Amino acid sequence: MEHINRIKLEIPCRSENEAIARNIAAIFSASQDPTIEELTEIKTAVSEAVSNAVLYAYDDDEEGSIYLEMEATGSGRITIVVEDRGRGIENVQKAMEPLYTTGDSRERSGMGFTVMESFMDKVQVESSPGKGTRVTLIKSLDRTNGF
Amino acid sequence: MEIAFEMTDDILISVLSGELDHHSLKEIRDSIDLTYDTFQAKHIILCFEGVTFMDSSGVGLIMGRYNKVREAGGKIAVAGCNEYMIRILDMAGIYTIAQCFATKEEAVACMRKEGE
Ligand SMILES: Nc1ncnc2c1ncn2[C@@H]1O[C@H](COP(=O)(O)OP(=O)(O)O)[C@@H](O)[C@H]1O
Ligand SMILES: [Mg+2]
Repeated sequence: MEHINRIKLEIPCRSENEAIARNIAAIFSASQDPTIEELTEIKTAVSEAVSNAVLYAYDDDEEGSIYLEMEATGSGRITIVVEDRGRGIENVQKAMEPLYTTGDSRERSGMGFTVMESFMDKVQVESSPGKGTRVTLIKSLDRTNGF
Repeated sequence: MEIAFEMTDDILISVLSGELDHHSLKEIRDSIDLTYDTFQAKHIILCFEGVTFMDSSGVGLIMGRYNKVREAGGKIAVAGCNEYMIRILDMAGIYTIAQCFATKEEAVACMRKEGE
């Protein structure tokens, strides 16, 4: 049977937890012998997904949570799910376009989803307005080097 | 995230160190804008050499400062980006608004030359 490792956690949806979330993802992934490049890509993608939840999921006076699920298979496939139960995204396809942002256009680049897609093998976004958003980030580590 | 400032002529050099994300962005942005206004600078150089992590918040930081210097007829340049930062800045097409240099000294030299 293939060896699978999993971690699940719930953290308050606050900006101070962005660094904690991406560093937990890095520690979890590090056990799978990634390259520095792969590790940096995973950290960056998680940072993007988590900061989107912090920025957009909940109203300012709402104390929401972010739900993180990480899974690593023996073959080196890493899956990280970043989920919120916030406002959701009306049009996911549009939200994922480069440079598209509903944030302060002077300070937000609209490049978050583009970075996630470029740094991971696969990015899946499921969202329903009023219910929340679930971002699934998948990366298969290159096992040809090392060992 | 920490920030140190240097002024040469009308160029404000902001030397960043630590992790640049949405959380650290606000403080950094406010600090740069306040220093820029206080010293009546014209141009801004952002030095990323000491930055150990950056996500797309870095693009927002550059875009926001670009809008600010443009109002004063100034320019913006970035220096000391690592390969991951360059990938992110490339995706956003940042080089159409900001020139990129290996070091802040090169950025200063180029801005001075263009100012002559
Ligand atoms: N978790 C989320 N909940 C609600 N809206 C979201 C969420 N994540 C992303 N969005 C929407 O998608 C847009 C694009 O996100 P992104 O590409 O990361 O750019 P940015 O963060 O700069 O706005 C956001 O402006 C927002 O409207
Ligand atoms: Mg974003």
